[in-house]
Amino acid sequence: MALAEICGLSDAPFMKANSFSTDDAGIELFKLSGNMEDPFSLAVPPFANPCEHLAELQATGENSGIKMNFDHGTTTLGFKFKGGVILAVDSRATGGQFIGSQTMKKIVEINQYMLGTLAGGAADCVYWDRVLSKECRLHELRNKERISVAAASKIMANIAHEYKGMGLSMGMMLAGYDKRGPALYYVDSEGTRTPGNVFSVGSGSIFAFGVLDSGYKWDLSDEEAQELGRRAIYHATFRDAFSGGIVRVYHITPQGWVNISNQDCVDLHYKYQAQKEAAKH
Amino acid sequence: MISAENFPEYNVPGVVKHDFHPYESNGGSVVAIAGDDYAVIAADTRLSSGYSIHTRKQNKLFKLSGTTVLGSTGCWCDTLALTSLISARMKMYHYLHQKVMPTNAISQMLSIIMYHKRFFPYYVSNILAGLDADGKGVVYSYDPIGHCELASYRAGGSAGALLQPVLDNQIGLKNQENVAKDPIPKEKAISVIVDTFISAAERDIYTGDGVIINVITKDGIETRNVSLRKD
Repeated sequence: MALAEICGLSDAPFMKANSFSTDDAGIELFKLSGNMEDPFSLAVPPFANPCEHLAELQATGENSGIKMNFDHGTTTLGFKFKGGVILAVDSRATGGQFIGSQTMKKIVEINQYMLGTLAGGAADCVYWDRVLSKECRLHELRNKERISVAAASKIMANIAHEYKGMGLSMGMMLAGYDKRGPALYYVDSEGTRTPGNVFSVGSGSIFAFGVLDSGYKWDLSDEEAQELGRRAIYHATFRDAFSGGIVRVYHITPQGWVNISNQDCVDLHYKYQAQKEAAKH
Repeated sequence: MISAENFPEYNVPGVVKHDFHPYESNGGSVVAIAGDDYAVIAADTRLSSGYSIHTRKQNKLFKLSGTTVLGSTGCWCDTLALTSLISARMKMYHYLHQKVMPTNAISQMLSIIMYHKRFFPYYVSNILAGLDADGKGVVYSYDPIGHCELASYRAGGSAGALLQPVLDNQIGLKNQENVAKDPIPKEKAISVIVDTFISAAERDIYTGDGVIINVITKDGIETRNVSLRKD
């Protein structure tokens, strides 16, 4: 090496470790997939106001055959009662008129004590829920205790607020059991964050609310509460074209969440129909 | 928004306003089926633009590793950009971790990379097929901004809406009573896939010419070719 320095070779660009190395490629790669390292580093679109212009692109594409429909989620509900928190969801994902999936998982398991539901843009919800679950785990490691649902929902609301007006579409409930007891928060892409006892989100929510409100009281037994959630979602799948597939019910207790049932709404339909017939006689 | 229409006094005769049309649909369909110890993925070989056909021999399947294949259609330039980025990222993973990226990791990475362009998406329809860590077949399907779902069979691309119901009936045995839901043998899966493409070529102008089928098993990736209508 000494000889190389005397000769001044070390200044030559080809002698530098970086000149043919991955540095430039690394910068390029970061530009193309920066969110692999930092989830907030998304690409800037080549136009202003992505909310309006992306919708415009999608609308003109509709005429020229370049259809770009994102998967959308639909009926979800959650309520608190004396036995904890119930979450129930359908499983239909629609892209435009087309049913993209009948088996989508609209409840995201953030950790053993916290669940998130997703309605609206499926990719938006899943991506940011994943970011949230990382943040929750980091909170746990830093503070040696589990994050409260209030704090977790605030992280989510802050993310939503940061991207407000950019066209994200999310309507989610965060539910869990923390040191303050059962917790249920509603967070959406407008930046809303509000605690509550009964929520339903999505296009089928109006139907779900009808059933939910008529049967809801604080003192429901565990089985009654699970059945109420299930029945409310079933009725939403029956009346709302954008809801359907499998009715999933989750129950959050002080010991963490439990997946109670995943039933095809066809089977539920005949079950409830038989109950109606039996009640007549 | 500021545009010339809002300022009529600045309108100059002869000035033409061009809209921003960044996307093109080059067509093509992908079908994948996962079995207990295999995964089959197939794509047609026609690449078109509007009513004209660019080529009849375009392979739309990308071998990402010895156990993973990506089928990608839509805007072909986006497909090329996306797949080259994936292979670069996979090399980085290989050098960093000293192992080949497994299928589930690729599926998650693909989702994140696609979400990176959330506000100006890749116009692609992706289906990823491969074997998981236990050697079981898996299929992942994506929307343009990276929503990913694990499935056992899936059709995508220009004839996706045409082919998926056929698979629901033949592979998923949906809404059929008293049917035995036995595992699907590999050759049966391949013959169903070929049939779906023959049907698609009959009704979709963007699907035809030929099918390239990749059969992924623990012994490697076998490629088969089947020809379709060329009209």
